[in-house]
Amino acid sequence: MIRIEDLNKAFGKHQVLRGINLTFEEGQSVALIGPNGSGKTTLIKALLGLVVVKGKIWVGGSLIQGESEYRRKIGYMPQMSRFPDNMTVKQLFSMMKDLRKDLKPGDLDYDLYDAFEIDQMASKRLSILSGGMKQKVSAALAFLFDPPILILDEPTAGLDPVSNEVLKDKLKKEVSKGKLVLITSHILSDLDEITTHVAYLMDGELRFFKSLDQLKNETAESRLNRIIAQVLNQENAYV
Amino acid sequence: MFNLSKFVIQDLLRNWIVLLYMGFLMLAGFGFFMLEGQVDKAMLGILNLVLLLVPMVTIIFSTIYYYNMYEFIVLLLAQPLKRRTVLGSIYLGLSVSFGLALLIGLGLPLLLLNPSLVSVILLLVSLMLTLVFIALALLAGIWARDKARGMGISLLFWVYFVLIFDGIILMLMYNFSDYPIERSVLFITFLNPVDLGRILVLMQTEAAALMGYSGAIFNKFFNDWWGIWGSLLVLCLWALAPVAVSFRMFRHKDL
Repeated sequence: MIRIEDLNKAFGKHQVLRGINLTFEEGQSVALIGPNGSGKTTLIKALLGLVVVKGKIWVGGSLIQGESEYRRKIGYMPQMSRFPDNMTVKQLFSMMKDLRKDLKPGDLDYDLYDAFEIDQMASKRLSILSGGMKQKVSAALAFLFDPPILILDEPTAGLDPVSNEVLKDKLKKEVSKGKLVLITSHILSDLDEITTHVAYLMDGELRFFKSLDQLKNETAESRLNRIIAQVLNQENAYV
Repeated sequence: MFNLSKFVIQDLLRNWIVLLYMGFLMLAGFGFFMLEGQVDKAMLGILNLVLLLVPMVTIIFSTIYYYNMYEFIVLLLAQPLKRRTVLGSIYLGLSVSFGLALLIGLGLPLLLLNPSLVSVILLLVSLMLTLVFIALALLAGIWARDKARGMGISLLFWVYFVLIFDGIILMLMYNFSDYPIERSVLFITFLNPVDLGRILVLMQTEAAALMGYSGAIFNKFFNDWWGIWGSLLVLCLWALAPVAVSFRMFRHKDL
């Protein structure tokens, strides 16, 4: 569904992504992990066409360079959200729905909208919402159009434990429906139950991309943070 | 695109700075007419205020607005929208909001108390300056990733067009006063939208008679219909050029 070929990106002299090759299929839930500054967010931005990169990316079979229509297939929840100050939550949602007139009202997915009780804050202005509430709004927005690809950048960072579980359940449901989910997070325990594959980035290079089952077999560990620690130790041992 | 600008306009028209700007313009407009006995003097006062205030408020506010909207622009660009649509809506939204604030705030006193050609030209000039300085603000914002640097560039634009440029012209006129440079000065003013606007309005008032030989040359030029339309056209170019450059830069920008 997404194919990335020889992706390179440099900001000035600083090389952020080096020769990334990846293929993601439907029904996969990929955890994109790596230390700070390893290029995770840049990779996501490249998928969304927000940065100009060298290399090729296909989404749903077509090259994305210079295109905008392919983003109909993607729901994106950014790391940090900021909305126009004087806009209310209700206006934000009605604006977003206005932008996507191709969808019928029945096609919209209100699961998270209802679960996060966004209707109750509909009349509030976005500037007075707390960080966590903004995260809820942007999560609900990402799922609203029922896109086949979901990209979430640090989705759990500002959410309270209850909302966190709601979001995870929703993600599990969407993956079982055959959607592709890409998540970055530093909280590996959050990713444990929802991922099927792990892509590990370091210094802009892809260290490995394997399924969780394969990793479990190789390391004889069951928890994601132990697995990662062990894989990294093994790699260091070879160097 | 119009959907998006509609929301930008809704957002801006509820912004207290835009409302304050409109209120201040209206107060100043009526105030000058109340305080000055002569209409011409009042017009000169309003002209000087407008030429100082309109560029400053629009460029500073628009730069800050661009940086405040940055994350939202990124979110919009994750939707199936073209980059030029998003930037275009923001430019249109800012222009319409500030244009409305100006037309109501300044247009009301001018057209009520002095319905004449000068008022119409003053309104047109300040409207064009609004467009020019919003475009310059977006250019600065897109140019510099860092908010502080973007603000710096914007302020530099303002200081240059309002102060430094005039200084250079004065120096030029002083040093070359022995030569017939009036005609060249006329064309040099085309390089500054603020000065161009100032002269365009001044030449419609009685004050033009006080400006000596260069005043006479200016007067001849700017009272011809093609002089007026030509200068308005140059002002349009001044608005379009930075817009065109910012669209080009925005297309390849890393967000």
